[in-house]
Amino acid sequence: MTKIIVDGAEVDVPAEYTILQACEAAGAEIPRFCFHERLSIAGNCRMCLVEVKGGPPKPVASCAMGVRDLRPGPNGEPPVVSTRSPMVRKAREGVMEFLLINHPLDCPICDQGGECDLQDQSMAYGVSGSRFFENKRAVEDKYIGPLVKTQMNRCIHCTRCVRFVAEVAGSPEIGAIGRGEDMEITTYLETAMTSELQGNVIDLCPVGALTSKPYAFKARPWELSKTESVDVMDALGSAIRVDARGREVMRILPRVNDDVNEEWISDKTRFVWDGLGAQRLDRPYVRDNGRLRPASWGEALGVVAARLRAADKGRVGAIVGDLAAVEEMFALKDLFDRLGVRNLDARQDGAAFDPAQGRASYIFNPTIAGVEQADAILLIGTNPRHEAPVLNARIRKRWRRGGVRVGLLGERVDLTYGAEHLGAGPDTLTELVEGKHSFAKALADAERPLIIVGAGAAAGEGGAAVLSAAAKLAKNAGALAAGWNGFAVLHAAASRVGALDLGLVPGESGLTARQMAGAGALDLLFLLGADEIDVEPGAFVVYVGTHGDRGAHRADVILPGAAYTEKSGLYVNTEGRVQLANRAAFAPGEGREDWAILRALSEQVGARLPYDTLAQLRAALFATHPHMAALNQISAGDASDVERLASAGGPLGGEPFRSAVPDFYLSNPIARASAVMAEMSALRAARFAEAAE
Amino acid sequence: MLTDRDRIFTNLNGRHGADVKSALRRGAWDGTKFLLEKGRDWIITEMKSSGLRGRGGAGFPTGLKWSFMPKPQEGRPHYLVVNADESEPGTCKDREIMRNDPHLLIEGCLIASFAMHANACYVYIRGEYVREREALQRAVDEAYAENLVGPNNKHGWPFDIYVHHGAGAYICGEETALLESLEGKKGMPRLKPPFPANMGLYGCPTTVNNVESIAVAGEILRRGGDWFAGLGKPNNTGTKLFSISGHVERPCNVEEEMGITLRELVEKHCGGVRGGWDNLLGVIPGGSSVPVLPEHQCQDLSMDFDTLRNLKSGLGTAAVIVMDKSTDIIRAIARISYFYKHESCGQCTPCREGTGWMWRVVSRMAEGRAEKREIDMLLEVTTQIEGHTICALGDAAAWPVQGLIRHYRHEIERRIDEYTARSTPADYAMPAVAAE
Repeated sequence: MTKIIVDGAEVDVPAEYTILQACEAAGAEIPRFCFHERLSIAGNCRMCLVEVKGGPPKPVASCAMGVRDLRPGPNGEPPVVSTRSPMVRKAREGVMEFLLINHPLDCPICDQGGECDLQDQSMAYGVSGSRFFENKRAVEDKYIGPLVKTQMNRCIHCTRCVRFVAEVAGSPEIGAIGRGEDMEITTYLETAMTSELQGNVIDLCPVGALTSKPYAFKARPWELSKTESVDVMDALGSAIRVDARGREVMRILPRVNDDVNEEWISDKTRFVWDGLGAQRLDRPYVRDNGRLRPASWGEALGVVAARLRAADKGRVGAIVGDLAAVEEMFALKDLFDRLGVRNLDARQDGAAFDPAQGRASYIFNPTIAGVEQADAILLIGTNPRHEAPVLNARIRKRWRRGGVRVGLLGERVDLTYGAEHLGAGPDTLTELVEGKHSFAKALADAERPLIIVGAGAAAGEGGAAVLSAAAKLAKNAGALAAGWNGFAVLHAAASRVGALDLGLVPGESGLTARQMAGAGALDLLFLLGADEIDVEPGAFVVYVGTHGDRGAHRADVILPGAAYTEKSGLYVNTEGRVQLANRAAFAPGEGREDWAILRALSEQVGARLPYDTLAQLRAALFATHPHMAALNQISAGDASDVERLASAGGPLGGEPFRSAVPDFYLSNPIARASAVMAEMSALRAARFAEAAE
Repeated sequence: MLTDRDRIFTNLNGRHGADVKSALRRGAWDGTKFLLEKGRDWIITEMKSSGLRGRGGAGFPTGLKWSFMPKPQEGRPHYLVVNADESEPGTCKDREIMRNDPHLLIEGCLIASFAMHANACYVYIRGEYVREREALQRAVDEAYAENLVGPNNKHGWPFDIYVHHGAGAYICGEETALLESLEGKKGMPRLKPPFPANMGLYGCPTTVNNVESIAVAGEILRRGGDWFAGLGKPNNTGTKLFSISGHVERPCNVEEEMGITLRELVEKHCGGVRGGWDNLLGVIPGGSSVPVLPEHQCQDLSMDFDTLRNLKSGLGTAAVIVMDKSTDIIRAIARISYFYKHESCGQCTPCREGTGWMWRVVSRMAEGRAEKREIDMLLEVTTQIEGHTICALGDAAAWPVQGLIRHYRHEIERRIDEYTARSTPADYAMPAVAAE
């Protein structure tokens, strides 16, 4: 610890602090544009200048100067920093004036207006008038993709975007060309960015130079109601803020959650909101003579109830989709248990996760933040860049720090960091388990080896054996030591861990999702938002969901539900962390919250669920699953579960591993309804086609 | 006046050969091994006692700079980088060394590298210096052929020297921008601290020295630091290359003692100011970045670091730009302003935005198309740039304008008055706005 005097007050700060951090510790506010906690230090905006006594007679950039670089006074007094002296005020006014001389005065038509760093800081630290009477610089706007809109006149060259794509996203596509006042930020030849995290540059941009293209001119920040929630586009459960105006979700922004997403979110999370307003199921439908026709709730529920009452319970089943909240899954399981239905499955991809093997066998045990402690990482049958881009950025962050080897088993993909491609499938996995592969030594030598198994690997023909082999690998590498459980499952669906926690898998002699979807397997099949599975002809299908997607097309009765922004619901992320999504808007038309639909149905089939409100439902849920009550907590898995899993064994099969997410932009019904996601997907496909030529 | 006996650069004008044989005849590479055998401490002490101040412009004591290098560590090689990116307008001294006395430079590189535990030296040559690069490369090849340098050279210190050709950006003469450029990145100055002595080229301890500072090292050690310290004035010792250009009869490069008066320099070596000494308008004494000095301050002007600094100017690179009374001083400074606007790297705000602003205002003032209150505004803008930037280019851009306003404000005001008089005739009356 080092002592330092800031504005007359002495504070004790760690020696590695920068002056800016020390000043903040002392309670002084330092304006900044280029400095960002999670990016490297550029020191180029010069807004954070402070005065240091005893140094050269000029202000220093506090973001870049370390406390340990300061000289103490002649008699060993602590260094003195002043953040409010006339020199500092003058310097800030000067920098502010320079930033504004070429910045257009178009705040009234700027999308950043109201949440603009430049606007705020010019009010706080600037002068009221301008002395600049020359012509302002004009810069051509650049095309950098369908997501980020540019207004380059407004750019203040802080290079946050450049540093973000180079450091965090790992696709260094933005840079500066030209020099001096002709410096311009652009992508090479104005090509579209390819990163799955590119939307974050919108948040990083302190001015209105980079704004959201789909949101352009849609709303002003002060008109929006802001709801804190969690994301369901992948299994990470990134912290988000949903901004809505009236019934309409206008945009989605990240919240800071250091345990999960730091402050980044993927493009799918950010830009999927236009899919919430398209292809929506806003009233019940019943199929008559092969055609779906609108129906009333009473009629639709009556049809379903009649079918359900009449059906042989052994020939009834339910498949739960990827976006379902814990509440509706609990209600579904509760109802079907009461009816004696055993054909229940949440694993529409056919993954071999089994809650009977214990919680540690299907969650991301080392936690997402724990990735940063790993010193050898093996990815089995997963492409984190598409399955969880924010987690991929976390792995990249770890990799950038050095001293870690990353191995990839599965498809050969660009993960934005130096991952060694070890092999395509089970053969290499066998070699690793037997210790014959060179990477096995890296894992064995590592103090904290991390083995990440993707949902895709568990969904193959030998899924259970792959999981077992991965667990065995973890055991062999010493990843199951005290204080470190390095066996990690990366799910691709937001609902999956919650479903497994609830035991939403086939009961005794029950059918799995794939079996249920087979021709003639069932008479009556419920799809709770299950759109990733093809149901073959035969069964009468009831679809409870939000979008006119695959499930709704196959359905005989459609019961419109609520999307994740339209209901309050618990989600358990891939780490096993229970998080609450809040309602930001209401479901369109006659859409109802899914648990309420099931509650209404239960009444009609004579197996009334004993809860009338969401609070009562949750009370029942917490009574049987107490860990669901601990919000934002992880009830840790037991490493012995993984050891048990390791001893299961079995034939691995011969198929190479595939990622669970073949198309990042179109992985769920909401994303498939989004025009923005469709454009991004087409753009990527075109790029691949071009590269293949 | 410097006697021929005390001259270091004996082939500055290229009258003799630049090849290794001629250089050996002139005394280069004489007893270098003996100098190295005296040890690092001796070398650095001699350099310190010589009082040599860096010849690149800032005037930092060279011996002191060498002594800042940390103790060698395993896996962290030391580097010497020679700054031959001589881009300051008016300066043309290093090119003559590289063209005509390259072996003095190479010898200095070996000695300095030895003194700083460096086994590799990079010479970063300005992009426009094509012939100079060829000449230096030729000399380096000769030195390798004669085994004067190389991994197993006859001096016993493994040493490699590489000549790197820049791309012609002025900012790459700033030491950290030079290192960035040398590493293959964009030439943008780094934040300091850490200083290059701790984190320089490829993150390793590095010293960046000007060509002239390095080239004189061999001769200083051969003759002793005291000899060098005996020349010039206290704290401003030794000899210095002056590049005199502008309105003199015979512009030239010349080696002279520090502290020579400007008048002697101009009249002895350059045949005097065009049209006689009384025709002098002003002088930029140290390359385009230092403030101009008016004629009345030039009378007994001693050309050394301290005197010029006390006059709020600077010796800089000792590139003396002489201007006679035919000069349009405002246009001259406007052109210098344009140069700095063009060469600003764009990294930090005050310089990126401020250099263009200054250039535009000074250009208008050169026409007289300005208002008098803008003079003080311009002066304030220069102070907002100065000292607020990452590197010294902001200062370098601000100083010429400050010098102009400090000494030639009357000229600007006269220009504005003339313009106003021209553009508003005596019988000018505000036209009445037509009634609607």
